[in-house]
Parts: sequence; C-alpha cells; structure tokens
Amino acid sequence: MTGAGGPPTAEPGFGRRHRKEDQRFIRGRGLYVDDVRLPGMLYGAVLRSPYPHARIIAVDTIAAQAHPKVKAVITGETLAGLNLAWMPTLSGDTQAVLATDKVRFQGQEVAFVVAEDRYSARDALELIVVDYEPLPAVADARRALDPGAPLIRDDQPGRTTNHIFDWEAGDARRADEVFRDAEVTVAQDMLYPRVHPAPLETCGAVADFDRVAGKLTIWATTQAPHAHRTLYAMVTGVPEHKIRVISPDIGGGFGNKVPIYPGYVCAIAGSMITGQPVKWMEDRSENLMSTSFARDFHMRGELAASRDGRIRAVRVTVLADHGAFNGTAQPSKFPAGFFSVFTGSYDLEAAYCQVTGVYTNKAPGGVAYSCSFRITEAVYLVERMVDLLALELDLDPAELRLRNLLRPEQFPYTCQTGWVYDSGDYPRTLRLAMDLAGYEGLRKEQQAERERGHLMGIGVSFFTEAVGAGPRKHMDILGFGMADGVELRVHPTGTAVLRISVQTQGQGHETTFAQIVAEELGIPADDVEVVHGDTDQTPFGLGTYGSRSTPVSGAATAIVARKVRERARAVASAMLEVDPADLDWERGRWYVRGDPDQGRTIAEIALAAHSDLELPDGVEGQLDATCVYNPPNLTYPCGAYICVVDVDPGTGKVRVRRFIAVDDCGVRINPMIVEGQVHGGLADGIGMALMELIAFDGDGNCLGGSFMDYLLPTSLECPSWELGETVTPSPHHPIGAKGVGESATVGSPPAVVNAVIDALRPYGVRHADMPLTPAQVWRAIQGRPLRTDLAIGPE
Amino acid sequence: MTIRVAVSVNGTEYVREVEPRLLLIHFIRDDLGLTGSHWGCDTSNCGSCVMWLDGRPVKSCTLLAAMADGRAVRTVEGLERNGKLDPVQQGFIECHGLQCGFCTSGMLMTARWLLDHHPDPDEAQIREVISGQVCRCTGYENIVRSVRWAAEHEGASRMAEDGPA
Amino acid sequence: MQVPSHVEYERAASLQHALSLLTRPDARAVAGGHSLIPMMKLRLAQPELLVDINGLTELSFIALDDGQLRIGALARHADLLDSAVAGRCYPIFHDAERVVADPIVRLWGTIGGSLCQADPSEDLSAAFAAARATAVIRGQDGERTVPVRQFHLGPYETVIGPGELLAEVRVPVLPATGSAYEKVSRRVGDWSIAAAGAVLRLGGAAERPVIVSAGIGLTAVGAEHFVAAEAEEFLRGRAADEESFAAAGAIAARGCHPAADQRGPEDYKRHLVAELTTRALRRAAARVRLDA
Repeated sequence: MTGAGGPPTAEPGFGRRHRKEDQRFIRGRGLYVDDVRLPGMLYGAVLRSPYPHARIIAVDTIAAQAHPKVKAVITGETLAGLNLAWMPTLSGDTQAVLATDKVRFQGQEVAFVVAEDRYSARDALELIVVDYEPLPAVADARRALDPGAPLIRDDQPGRTTNHIFDWEAGDARRADEVFRDAEVTVAQDMLYPRVHPAPLETCGAVADFDRVAGKLTIWATTQAPHAHRTLYAMVTGVPEHKIRVISPDIGGGFGNKVPIYPGYVCAIAGSMITGQPVKWMEDRSENLMSTSFARDFHMRGELAASRDGRIRAVRVTVLADHGAFNGTAQPSKFPAGFFSVFTGSYDLEAAYCQVTGVYTNKAPGGVAYSCSFRITEAVYLVERMVDLLALELDLDPAELRLRNLLRPEQFPYTCQTGWVYDSGDYPRTLRLAMDLAGYEGLRKEQQAERERGHLMGIGVSFFTEAVGAGPRKHMDILGFGMADGVELRVHPTGTAVLRISVQTQGQGHETTFAQIVAEELGIPADDVEVVHGDTDQTPFGLGTYGSRSTPVSGAATAIVARKVRERARAVASAMLEVDPADLDWERGRWYVRGDPDQGRTIAEIALAAHSDLELPDGVEGQLDATCVYNPPNLTYPCGAYICVVDVDPGTGKVRVRRFIAVDDCGVRINPMIVEGQVHGGLADGIGMALMELIAFDGDGNCLGGSFMDYLLPTSLECPSWELGETVTPSPHHPIGAKGVGESATVGSPPAVVNAVIDALRPYGVRHADMPLTPAQVWRAIQGRPLRTDLAIGPE
Repeated sequence: MTIRVAVSVNGTEYVREVEPRLLLIHFIRDDLGLTGSHWGCDTSNCGSCVMWLDGRPVKSCTLLAAMADGRAVRTVEGLERNGKLDPVQQGFIECHGLQCGFCTSGMLMTARWLLDHHPDPDEAQIREVISGQVCRCTGYENIVRSVRWAAEHEGASRMAEDGPA
Repeated sequence: MQVPSHVEYERAASLQHALSLLTRPDARAVAGGHSLIPMMKLRLAQPELLVDINGLTELSFIALDDGQLRIGALARHADLLDSAVAGRCYPIFHDAERVVADPIVRLWGTIGGSLCQADPSEDLSAAFAAARATAVIRGQDGERTVPVRQFHLGPYETVIGPGELLAEVRVPVLPATGSAYEKVSRRVGDWSIAAAGAVLRLGGAAERPVIVSAGIGLTAVGAEHFVAAEAEEFLRGRAADEESFAAAGAIAARGCHPAADQRGPEDYKRHLVAELTTRALRRAAARVRLDA
C-alpha cells in the first residue's frame, strides 16, 4: 500500500493462479498441427524399412504413382537430385532423409507418398515395391566394436568401424590414486535402457511452399522453431527471411520434438513438387520406432569411500548407443551431454568418466525425454552407487547421504569435473523429505514387515541438476549460441505484449512469463499477451528443452521488463518534472521519494510515452525494450526423493505405495505450475523404473513399436504424490529462479529402483536393471536378473 | 465406394457420404471439423480420442463412422452449455488438471460420464475410471483433484445455469 | 494413426439377416469392434465385409435360467462385471473382467467378440474353459453347441464357420462351487504375462472339504484349449488344502507351453502358472459355501 491517497501497489506477479491458456484447451479449441487445414492440402505418408540393415537394390514406384489419388511419390533418388537426400544432424553428423544406398535401422524412411487424403496415402505405400538385400545387423551395442562387426556408416569415406567418439572428463590419474588407497570400493555394471519420450501428440508438419512469393511456411511440432528455420534455410536453399516456422499448440515435447525429422523435409519437398500444402503426421509406431529415443547408456560405475562412510571418488565408463546416425541434441562440445555431473551432490576428492559412442542399427537419438542432456543417466549412476555403498557398509542410505551431501557454506561449489553449482542447502532438503515421509517410522515398519516375510522397500535419491544452457563461451548447438531473445512492448492503453523465443509444450509459458512481467512492472498478468512459436513474430532463440526456459528466457524477460521500467522512469520524470534519480519504484508505479502521492502508474506512463509529451534528450518515445540474454552459468535445482514400494515375491509385481518429493528450484514463479511439472516427472520415473522399454531382438527388430509394448504408467500405477519445497535462490539469476521441468524425471527413477532393490534385500539382491518388470524382479530374486535391452531369447 | 452416415453430434445432425472404413475419430475431426478430440496411438491405448456415443464414453479411434450412423455423439465441444462451462471444465482450470491439453478432452468426457453416474466418487474410483487414458504431463494427481472439485461444485453450477425458479 | 484397408459395411437388421450376410467367407461380424478394428488398422485382418450386429440386442442378456448362467454374445464386458447374478454364481468372471482392458473399452467390447477373436491371451477364454462352459452357435439351419474347451482351434481360430454366429455362452451353475481368477501383467490393462482361473466344486465335511471336480483355465501360456487338464484330474477326490493346491500348481506349470517374449522368459512364466494356479485354487475354495 502506498501512503495516504495513492493507488494501491499492484498485486505480486508471482504466486498460484489459473493458467490463461486453459481457456482454449478445456473447450477443445487448441490448435495442434493435425488441426491445421489449408485449402488444397494434401497428405503425406512415409514408407519405412522392415529391415534393420539392408542394401537397397531398387525402388519401384510405378504402381503407387498410378493410384488415382496420388499426386507425387518421392524417393531418395528424387531428393538426391535436389540435394536433399541427406541432412545435417544436431551432432555434426548426417542423416538420410530418404534412404539411397542402404537402410540402417528398422523403420528408416525409404519413400514418401503425397495423396489427396490420409487413407489413400497409406494405401499407396503398399504399392511401392522395394528390393532389399538384407545385411547382418548390429543390435547389441556391446558388439558394435567387435572386429568384423558389420559396418553401418559406409556412407562416410574412410570409415572402417562403428566408433563415433571417445570423450572424457575429470582427472583419471587422481581418481586412480584415490581408488588405490581407498578402504572400500564398490563397482556395478548398470544399464539405463533405451526409452522414449512418447508425447501424446506424435510428430508432424504442414509444409506450404508458395511458389509465387518464394515463401515456405511450415507448421511443425517443434520445440525450437528458430533453430529449425535456420536449418531449413541451410538445407533447402530457401533464404531464411522467406521461411516461417510456426509451432502452434504442442501436445507434449519432452525432447522428442527437438530434432528435424525426415518427414518434415519430405513434406517440404512434397509441397515444392506439387505446389500445394502437404501435411505429414506420423502414427505412433513411427514415433516410437524412428524418432529420437532417449538414454541407452551401458555404464560401469565405481565408487571409492572410507570405511566410516565418506564418499571419496566416483569413476564411470560408458558405452553410448547412438543408433544409426548420430542425432543427439546437445551443445556441441559435449558429445555425452552433461553426463560429467555424475559427481552428484557430494564433495568428492576425484572423479573421472570416459564415454565411447557407437553406431548400431537402431533409430538415431539419445538425448531426449527430459534428460537435461544426459543428467538422468548421471544421477541414476551416482545414486545407485551411493546405495550400493550403503549396502556394502550396512549404513542407512539416507544417513549415508546426510554424511556426504555438500553443505550450504560450500556454495558456489566447483565439482571435480568443472561444474559450478550455484546454490543449495542439501541437508535441509533431504531432512524435509525424510520428515514428510516419516522416515524413521517407515524403517521400523519395514523391519516388522520383513519379520513377517513381506517385502517393503524404501528408496532415497538426491539429485543435482544443471539446467538453463547456456553461457556462450561454453555452449553452442551447431555453432549457435544458446542466448535467447525477448521483446516487451507496452501499448498506449497500458496492456502489453511479450514476445519470447522459447516454446511451451504444456509448461504454461503464456501464464508464467506474463507473471514475470507482472512482478517486475505491475501490469496484471491477464493484461500481458505472451507470443511464442511463430518465427515471424518472435526473436531468435534456441527453444525449450533441458529445462532452459525459466533460467534463460525467464531471466531475459525479467531484464527486459527492468529495461522498460527504466525507460518508464525517464518518462515519469518528464511527466512529474523531477530528476529521474529522485524517483523510487513500487510495483506498478514510479513516485517521488519523500512525496509518495506524487507518482505515475505504469499505465499512465505508457499513455504518456506515446503522447506528445516532450522527453529528455536521448530518451526515445513509446515503451518497449528488447534483450538477448547470455546466461553467466547454468542453474542448479536439486531435490530429495523418497519412494516406498511393496513387492510380491511370488509374482515379482511392484506396487508404489508412496512417493515423497522435495524440490528446490529456487524462486517459484507459479507454485501450482511447478507442482504440476514435478507430478508429471515423477510418473516418468515409475514408467522407466518399472515398465518403459524400447527393446530389440538379436536381429535388430524393434519390439517397442506400439503402446501395447511401450507401456506408459496410468493413474493406477501412480500414487498420490506428496510434495515439499525448499527455496535457495540462484544467486546469478535475475529473479532467483532455477527451472524445474525435468527435475522429477531426473530424480525419480533411482528412487524407485533403490526402493525395489531395498525391498529385495532379504534375498541378497544388489542390483537389477530397469525396467523392473515382474519378470525382472522375480529373476533378480532367483539371482539371475535379465539383460533388458535385448529381448528374451534362448539363454 | 461410399455409404451415407447420419450422426447427431452435440445436438446437431450431420449427413455425409464416407468410405465404410473411415474411423469415427477421423469423421469427427476431418469431415466435421471438430478437432477438440485427438488421436495419439495405433492400438486403442492412449484414450485421447474418447468421446460419447449414445451417452457412453468410447475410444472413437476403434469404431467406424458407419457404426455411429443413426446415433448420437457428444464431444468436448458439447460440454459448454449456453456459454457456461461444465463443472468438469471449470474444475480442470481450478486445479491445473491440464498442461499440454492433448489428453484433456478425453479426460473431460470420461469425468463428465463418471459424475453423471457417481456424483461423489472417491480418489480410487476416479483413478480407476481414467486408467485406460494416458497423460504424459500431469502425473494424474491434478486430474483427480479436478474431478473432485467438479463433484463438489456440481450443484452450484447447475443452480446458476437453471436460473431463478 | 494407422487406418484400415477398404472394406464393405452392412448393418444386420435381424439375426437371420446377419447369418445370411455372414455366409460370405470373407465377412466378419463386428459388435464392439474392439478386437477386430485394431487388427484391421494394423492391416493384420483384412475382411472384405463387416456385418454390424450391434442391433441384435436380443443377444445382450445375462440371466440365470434353469441352473445355467446364460450370457449373450453381445453382452458387454462392463455388463458382465456389473451383473450381480453372474458375480454371485461365478466370481471368476468378475475377477477376470476387472482386469480385462480398461473401463472405457469394457463399455463396448463384447463377450462374443473376445471369445471369437481367439487371442491366446484372452482372459475370458480361460475363465469360461475353467467353468466348463458351452458355446451356443446359431446358423441358418438352427443351433449347435460346442464346449468352450473345443471352441478354439488355435490362435485366432475358432470352430465358427461361414453363415454362423456365436449367440451365447452357457455356464452350469452347481452347488458348493467357488471360483477365482488370478492375473499378472506388466501394467494395468496389458495382456497377461500368465493368468490362472479355478473353479472348484467341493464336497465332504466343512472342516475337511474334498474336491469333487476342478476346472483350471490358463491364459497366455500355450495351454491346450486354455486348460490344465492334468492338474484338474489330479485334484479330483483330493483334500481341498494347501498341499493339493501347490501340487496342482506344479502340474499345471509342467503341462503348459509358455513362450519367452517381452513379457517374460519361460522359467518365469512357468513359475507364475504354478503360483497363480495355487492362488486361484485357494481363493476359489475359500468362496465355496458348502451348505448352499
């Protein structure tokens, strides 16, 4: 409240409030890509390879072309003529748009049909005859580098093996010293199997090339519309100012909608060839079999400690299965993403990791499904190793963590692999989780249950995330800096429009970004229109993934609002005829220091800024500003999760009884939305820990091609989540926020796995790989856990 | 070869000539332009296509439009009455029951049917009734809370809609 | 989403009309469509004519009639789950229906559709086999009956011929009988990794009941006709106690042919057969009212 007589201070922008975007979704009036209908629009369908590895002898499209409703049939040969048969990937490799010489994974794109309707397009696929010569396939990543293994990427001159890269981080020699001298070491092989983000809306695009204007408009399911626009300019030869990418409403992304897929390029080619708009929407089997999978890290972890439970060093070797093309989406200097944050939440003396990436005859990808660039893998590794140490030392896993967690006074903390963790009070976060869980009581109950022969498990996981990529000097994707732009304009009548470069796929940006402006400027969030997704209407940026929207674009928004606030100060000073230095700010208003009744609201200032008011020299009229924000560092959300399970030893079935999650993501713009993000990620953990798997058989056939086999958790597998929070603001972020979108997906799988392994302790089980299906749990009890990435065969 | 299909959708009669193989979800979305219902899988697992046929929820990707001939369909577009949101719609807004919105129309239609038959469902009943529908965003928690909110606010909404006696 | 290939469609106005339409060898009846249409979308089934029989509401009954539970082929899964009389006579059907598909699919899928789809993982096939039910098949010339244990010829293949339609399933209701179904799946709504259904008729004294007859149905493990015949025979005349149930479970496990697949390896599936058979027998026995 101001002093007597003045208008009330504007409401805080931060806090729980309804989402603005809900109004259209609950009425069924969202606009997703498959809702886009243009006059004369045609439909595309992709013909895919049934073989994991085969030479293409011939592709016969005569019968397909003769189908009365078919307008065009495009093959690799067609595209080669347009120099479009291969395209660059986000990792500096190339990927076939339509296969020319060989097919390299089951489901790879071979031909594209354009027809009048989607049913005819599907029919026409059956009329294309492809003559394949099957080749032996590499289905087992662990055999990809065997001498004599089939060579997958013989399209690359001089290549003789399936090796892609070696990468390391940390100090190998120092780690060796610590391990040699340590009192206790534990080691474990563990697989983070291939899973898939599987957003409910599949990927697709509507491409509309206007021959007269030379303009390409493409509606697409993309989390990074500007990056796509620039890449299309490079690949298609259409100049960038003539390309418009529109990301309308997106039905979930989770990293699946970051890459450019062959189907999008085929739709563009189809539109160029036919002169009509072409829609391509993949079906679910295409989504699961050919778009960016996640994880597939074969890891060997080692941990060195003292007998009294002090964690000293962690060492990891990783074999990374990248599929047939290296299409991982992460900053270019980080071929294994941010995996080197496997140092976790503990103060280590040494750490070292070595990662080898290989090609296999499987779909490309690896970085997706809310992994924060491989942090899911890193956290799983270290949190499983900590539990293995607890088992080895017969210490309580929560107690062991409390002894080793970084302490608040150690921040900012530079870990052994160079990450500078910004802030955190880790022990407080874990203690809160333990309180909410009633941890002591749970352990007592577990003891009683064990005496009755019942298997109850309690799993703990503590994670440190590194999100908000990232500082220009360290990070780029294909040479693009990861700075994001933002524009704010306040209209004469005091409402505003904010144009951002990030792309929501359900995270609530239309509300939260308006809330940032409301907090900084005092314009009510309902009066701030947030524009996103259309490259013609928004500034350049690299999009939304890796939980970067709040850390990067959120920071940019706060800064641009402060710039507008400063311009408003100058205008207010002209209105009030005082020196700008004599003005103070309270949310929504500049007023004269010592004379608070003398003030002007932001709305009054906006009107004046557009009026004939004389402004001081150097002060431009209107009320707007832009900003390009180069983050100085990543931000480091953290969390403590506790999972309680019951296991039926007769069947191996796991039931998740409770899940307690305490997150620290710094300042929360909208706690309701933060909680929603956490809820969703926790469900992911149950999915991956217990049921999700893209499996292959020994011949490279993909067995996870439908929702009958790629199982997603339902309302009955998920408990009622119990959430808590601690808040340690990020010291370098303008509003102290850290981002939270992927935290729960990162932290929850180890909590569930730790719980199940804990439940199986009476049977002496140390480890079993995800997914912990009933079969896997039963086999673990028998002492013979399954290798989960390759399907069951004769053993 | 086409056949004639006459379907009442949200109270409006539509007559179209369609291929017999046309799936109901495509008929509603592509032929009638009612894109509020979605599709997300190939195997009747995801539930983003759920709408009502003759008053009962159905996975519309698993029926032919021809099978709806002479029958009545209700979709999410038909939940709002005279510009007033149904309590289930308001509940999802109040309790953050949606994020990307793709599963939402199916969840709303199932929730509406549940409350019509069980006006005071407990958490277990709500979780059971939506167990054939997938959400990748919300972890289901707020969907359950949204339906509970609607159950607790049905009366008020109905009274307001009916107006003074 | 995947879509079917071309097909013709006719709506049957009566049972006779349906039967005459179904004389075409490439015609298939469609009721709920929730078994057939997914196969058509994946183009694993490509009938040339679909005969929509949803109008034959005279086949949607569930009734207790003269010592038999009669279930019309057009009864929906939800109807069977909601039927108090079915649940009283045969709790095995409620146990099974509770874990078939999901609540929305159960509103539309029919008993007849599921049995005729003849999926080796169909829960109702094993449940009806355990109950020694009889299939009633209508043809243009009249009606014939086939024990459910002979109804399925193999995966996706039944004895139904052209011009025929499954009309109902009849289950004998006998005194002192209890039943139960036990299923394990990887996730709610998934097909069984393995499942076992048991129907026990007991006699003798209440303190030491004896098994008069046993029906054991097995799902998804390659059991011939969905039945564990040897285990059933073993139980006849034996005490209805834990020892017998465990022994029967072991026999059932030995007598089936589970295939290793993504749901589990062979040894696990066999173990499940033993475990679930024992559990189903135990629960079936507990549900018997010897004085009834």
